[in-house]
Amino acid sequence: MTIDLIVNGQHVTVDADPTTPLLDVLRNHLDLKGTRYGCGLEQCGTCMVLIDGDPTYSCARETASVAGRSITTIEGLGTPERPHALQRAFLEEQAGQCGYCLSGIIISAKALLDRNPSPSRADIVAALDKHLCRCGTHTRIIAAVQKAALMGAPLLGAPA
Amino acid sequence: MSDTLPLSITNNRRLDKWLRFQPDRTVRLAVGKVEIGQGVLIALSQIAAEELDVDLARIDILSGDTRDAPDEGSTSSSLSIEVSGRSVRLISAELRARVLGRLAQRLNCSADDLTIEDGAFLQDGNPTGHDYWSFAGPEDFAADITGTAHPKSPSAYKVVGQPAPRRDLIAKVSGAAFIHDIVRPDMLHARTLRQPSRGAKLQSLDEAAIREAAGSPIQIVRVGDFVAFVGQDETAVQRAAVAAPNHANWTGVRVLSPVQQEAAWFRDQPADDRHLGDPDPPPAGTVVSETYSRPFVAHAALAPSCGLAEYRDGHLSVWSHTQGVYPLRNSLADILGLPRERVTVRHSHGAGCYGHNGADDAALDAAIVAMQMPGHCIRVQWRREEEFGFEPVSTAHMTRIQAVLDDAGRPIDWTAEVWAGSHVQRPVFGGTMLAHEALPNPPPPAKANDPTEANGGGGTRNAFPAYDFPAKRVIHHLALQTPVRTSSLRGLGALPNIYALECMMDELAERAGVDPVAYRLSLLSDPRARHLIQDVASRCGWSERGPVGTGRGLGLAWGRYKNKAAYACVAVELDVDQDITLRRAWCAADAGLVINPDGARNQLEGGIIHAASMTLKEQVTLDGDGITSLDWDRYPIMKFSEVPEIEATIVHNPDQPTLGMGECTFGPTAAAIGNAVAHALGVRIRDMPLTRQRIAAALVR
Repeated sequence: MTIDLIVNGQHVTVDADPTTPLLDVLRNHLDLKGTRYGCGLEQCGTCMVLIDGDPTYSCARETASVAGRSITTIEGLGTPERPHALQRAFLEEQAGQCGYCLSGIIISAKALLDRNPSPSRADIVAALDKHLCRCGTHTRIIAAVQKAALMGAPLLGAPA
Repeated sequence: MSDTLPLSITNNRRLDKWLRFQPDRTVRLAVGKVEIGQGVLIALSQIAAEELDVDLARIDILSGDTRDAPDEGSTSSSLSIEVSGRSVRLISAELRARVLGRLAQRLNCSADDLTIEDGAFLQDGNPTGHDYWSFAGPEDFAADITGTAHPKSPSAYKVVGQPAPRRDLIAKVSGAAFIHDIVRPDMLHARTLRQPSRGAKLQSLDEAAIREAAGSPIQIVRVGDFVAFVGQDETAVQRAAVAAPNHANWTGVRVLSPVQQEAAWFRDQPADDRHLGDPDPPPAGTVVSETYSRPFVAHAALAPSCGLAEYRDGHLSVWSHTQGVYPLRNSLADILGLPRERVTVRHSHGAGCYGHNGADDAALDAAIVAMQMPGHCIRVQWRREEEFGFEPVSTAHMTRIQAVLDDAGRPIDWTAEVWAGSHVQRPVFGGTMLAHEALPNPPPPAKANDPTEANGGGGTRNAFPAYDFPAKRVIHHLALQTPVRTSSLRGLGALPNIYALECMMDELAERAGVDPVAYRLSLLSDPRARHLIQDVASRCGWSERGPVGTGRGLGLAWGRYKNKAAYACVAVELDVDQDITLRRAWCAADAGLVINPDGARNQLEGGIIHAASMTLKEQVTLDGDGITSLDWDRYPIMKFSEVPEIEATIVHNPDQPTLGMGECTFGPTAAAIGNAVAHALGVRIRDMPLTRQRIAAALVR
């Protein structure tokens, strides 16, 4: 069946089984590879996207259930040429080792900063606690989110 | 530094294997080490830029490619900067000297009159009109590396020793960046049905039921007892693989018991026994003996493994996040019966692996399917439960310390007795590749094996204490078999052995009525170790440490990785209620000359958190037909809300040779936590992980 979605501000129509995980549609139908497969069980956070602004696991989410809704992936934040403040802050802090967790974490951090532009350390930890990082980069990641918050408005990077 | 050439050079003697000046005024540096998250490529680039005197931005690094990059074995054991870094330094210095020597002849001047500024050659400070790109030619490269050129003195460094940002992170925070994201022409997705254990035979497979579960068309590829589901629709092959175990009947599956998941199980198993160190039996005296253990633990990479392979025109091309492209190429060629020159393996980034995980096995899976379906690129993606269930895990490990004490309570004789399975079972090291065991001609069982003592040992790694004890010995019982496949994980035996050693030192200090830091310093003459311990003790407020048993603990431990790589000392402050809450960690490390201090600090911090996670939470569980800790609920790791604040510093020591540091905080962190928990509770927990159940059990003991 065809399913209408709004992805990174663009109206798109995909032809997919309605139960196809949103993650598969983003990666394979729309070639948005920044949203990552980690567990398929909503346990690790590498597949996090924003749905109408709320951080949401995409790995087990049936695509038809988000028809017509607005989805933001890491590609919707910024590009290497025009990075979002969060992406800039992560690079400036070198807040990554293997980097596999980062796109999902930045998505959750964006949702946090959108509703709370000046989060405390505890706020950041709470917002990121559903994300796993195996390399132990946690303290730098927290510092990067704090730095992005200090960069302040405008948080928007490249137009989607 | 030693006078012998590093292995990387002796195995790849020609200059042009490593360096090339490219028309766009960049420098191609080809290396065999690969990026697995530690920033090794930017550090190697810094070394080349420094010795060649070109801007760092001009270094275009190619890594891990059996066609175009040198063979440097595996990226492991904290050796990348020690060995590959030293090689790149010697090679770059030699090329620079050769080119400048030839230019001096041309200009009829002394090479000492020539300098280089971002690749342009100056004579007495004035432009010569020549640079690397216009002047260097085949005659500069057509030679074996001699290692005789003199690299710069560290005091002249401008690039080495400065923080430099990694280049791979930008892609990782903005989109496609990993092997998982590669799209190739004619690509098909694939998933596997895993043979439950070596020797298991597939009696029946209900293919119709699996096709129905897939929902859209798939192909089922069977080679012996290896099965793969292949198709254009990734969702469909995933559904097939999830359904398949319920539609497969196996015979000959080995049965496991939870008893086997504890290190103590190894005590009664057949083993290869070795006696190292002091040959004499311990003298008479006051004997204190305690036993410490760590269970089986998983690499638990955040991304399940992935491999891509395509077989076209008689040539097999493979993409893998392996730690060693050449060893993998050789294994694939041997297993598939292809000449090595008909197999190319290229490295592509994966999630941090910390050792031998499923990466190589996924590559073999893809290659087996590709050989059956020429002309397609086969992309095998492991599932979460497949990674947890079938990657090689790190062996459970038990260490018993027996110390003979003098009248002052100081050890005069020390024995560490280790029971463990193999810490390394890479395919080039006696191990087998997973799918190979399911093919029609499976390999013989893996042979129990461990690295030699010269290579740091495996079960014996860091078992010898660095303290000034008059007599030291290690007894190693290397189990001939393990219940599940085991192989290398960050530090091998270093974490359990340093845990045992440094916890025992606290126990002996307490017995002697001496402060644990003072006790250590009274038995330790190595000035670099003493400096770190004193530094960390001062920073963590050791002198104001509270009484035992208040619920708040402060513990300290140190180690020199492999007793020859980087030094690290770690102190941890924590609270124990029902659970353990880490509050703060302090660390100091001495790694000699540090190439990229920012990257090095990232490694120290990461090692502390990884080790803390292992010490407090991690255990692979076994039952029935295999591993039962198959998801993140059953194999929990440290979360954002559980990490302590960390203050890590690096001793400035640029005139000492670089020492590998990726694993140096691992053992000290585990032992510092063990000591802090004992300080908080007033009782000692000797078996990891230090869970709520173990705390409760210790308190009622």
